Amino acid sequence: MRLVADLTVPRSAFDVRAAFEVPEGRVLAIVGPNGAGKSSLLGAIAGLVEGSGALRLGDLDLLTLPAERRGVGVVFQDLVLFPHLSVRDNVAFGARVRDGSWTAARKRTAPWLARLDLVDLADRHPAQLSGGQAQRVALARALAAEPAVLLLDEPMAALDVEIRDDVRADLARHLREFGGPTILVSHDRDDASALADDVLVLERGVVMQQGALADLAESPATPWVQRFTR
Amino acid sequence: MRPESPTRHRRTGPVVAVLAALGLALLVLPLLGLVLRAPWADLPALLVSIPVLQALGLSLGTASISTLVCLVFGIPLAVLLSHAVHWHVVPRRLLRAAITIPLVLPPVVGGIALLLLLGRRGIVGQWLAEIGITLPFTTGAVVIAQTFVAMPFLVFAVEGALRSADRRSELAAATLGARPAQTFRLVTLPLVAPGIAAGAVLCFTRALGEFGATITFAGSFPGVTRTLPIASYLAMNSDPDTAIALALVLLAVSLVVLLALRDRWLPGVVR
Repeated sequence: MRLVADLTVPRSAFDVRAAFEVPEGRVLAIVGPNGAGKSSLLGAIAGLVEGSGALRLGDLDLLTLPAERRGVGVVFQDLVLFPHLSVRDNVAFGARVRDGSWTAARKRTAPWLARLDLVDLADRHPAQLSGGQAQRVALARALAAEPAVLLLDEPMAALDVEIRDDVRADLARHLREFGGPTILVSHDRDDASALADDVLVLERGVVMQQGALADLAESPATPWVQRFTR
Repeated sequence: MRPESPTRHRRTGPVVAVLAALGLALLVLPLLGLVLRAPWADLPALLVSIPVLQALGLSLGTASISTLVCLVFGIPLAVLLSHAVHWHVVPRRLLRAAITIPLVLPPVVGGIALLLLLGRRGIVGQWLAEIGITLPFTTGAVVIAQTFVAMPFLVFAVEGALRSADRRSELAAATLGARPAQTFRLVTLPLVAPGIAAGAVLCFTRALGEFGATITFAGSFPGVTRTLPIASYLAMNSDPDTAIALALVLLAVSLVVLLALRDRWLPGVVR
């Protein structure tokens, strides 16, 4: 299903306004300088931040739904794993709140542990994980809840530079397999080129340019876009 | 002149040293005296005498029930208090003041107030009397008096834990499909469990030591309302050895609590 958004998100300094569409199986990268309102926009799509306008997934009006009924999965910038739960139960959480039993939820989500190479870490707690491991858990937790839309906020920011290329390649593979509309926020050109089909440039709450990364590089609309695509 | 660097050793002046030593002596010496004066040889016999066992059993029972009551009502009250940060300033401060009152109120005043509310001719008590319920001078009254004085300890400990728990964990739970009640049960509650445990221990200790409100509202009937502190106080006139033995039991409980909470002394209460 296609995600269609025309959103206004109030912030203290300025409102964030953006209109865009993400077809099924496509990845949109929202890029822009720090403080442009990228994360606020993600928050409004997920239902964690107040927003107005239109937000539709197929025929479904998402704006009227609370976060827990939107089917919008989020990988947070600092991951926000549940510190009191094991890796296994972090991944099983979405199934647990839907089905009501830990045993059934663990069984159902076990394939996700295998898919993200977490089987050996299943009994650990988040405090015992490396950055790359924790990132895989956060992705597994979001995907195992079977969301219709996936949002990723600066998915590489918490990682050491040496492992970013490997993690990015893995992430690209999982996003291809996901199949729903995906939006990722980044200020890194490499993320946009490796992970995204389209790029939306947000500066001070305003969409400055939208299109394929190559088109942006060819005719950058602002100095920031020029620096970003160089 | 350059300001003194904060890492530099600061010397304690003689006036401060003497006054601090006297203050410390005032805190520690009475307890030392209690331990030194204790009839250690007779202690086993004293501790298993009927009045002591009666008071001990009553105290442990009522303090446990009071702690449970505090948990049942205090946790929701702490949640309400943590939500109150979004309220208008006046109701928010009134709520906090109402919960703080038992901490600063002399317990005897609390006992009198309870008597005026729930006594046979009290505002609520006369209605209760009509349907055959009399609270004052019953074991139930002991529990109510203990709950009254102990509740703030639990509320503030849990509120402090709620405040420091990562609210984004709750947001993450919502994006995974958890309804608010599920988020509270599966995420918030486990995250604040250490605060709840600390609050419950403090609550139990305060309930166990309750004297003023209890003797005013519940009286001192052996086996019914005569708790450890009251029994100890009464025995001081007639049988000092028993009084000391009872006091030692209370001191031992306090020490156990101090050890249990040594790493997290009064979280949320001291802010």
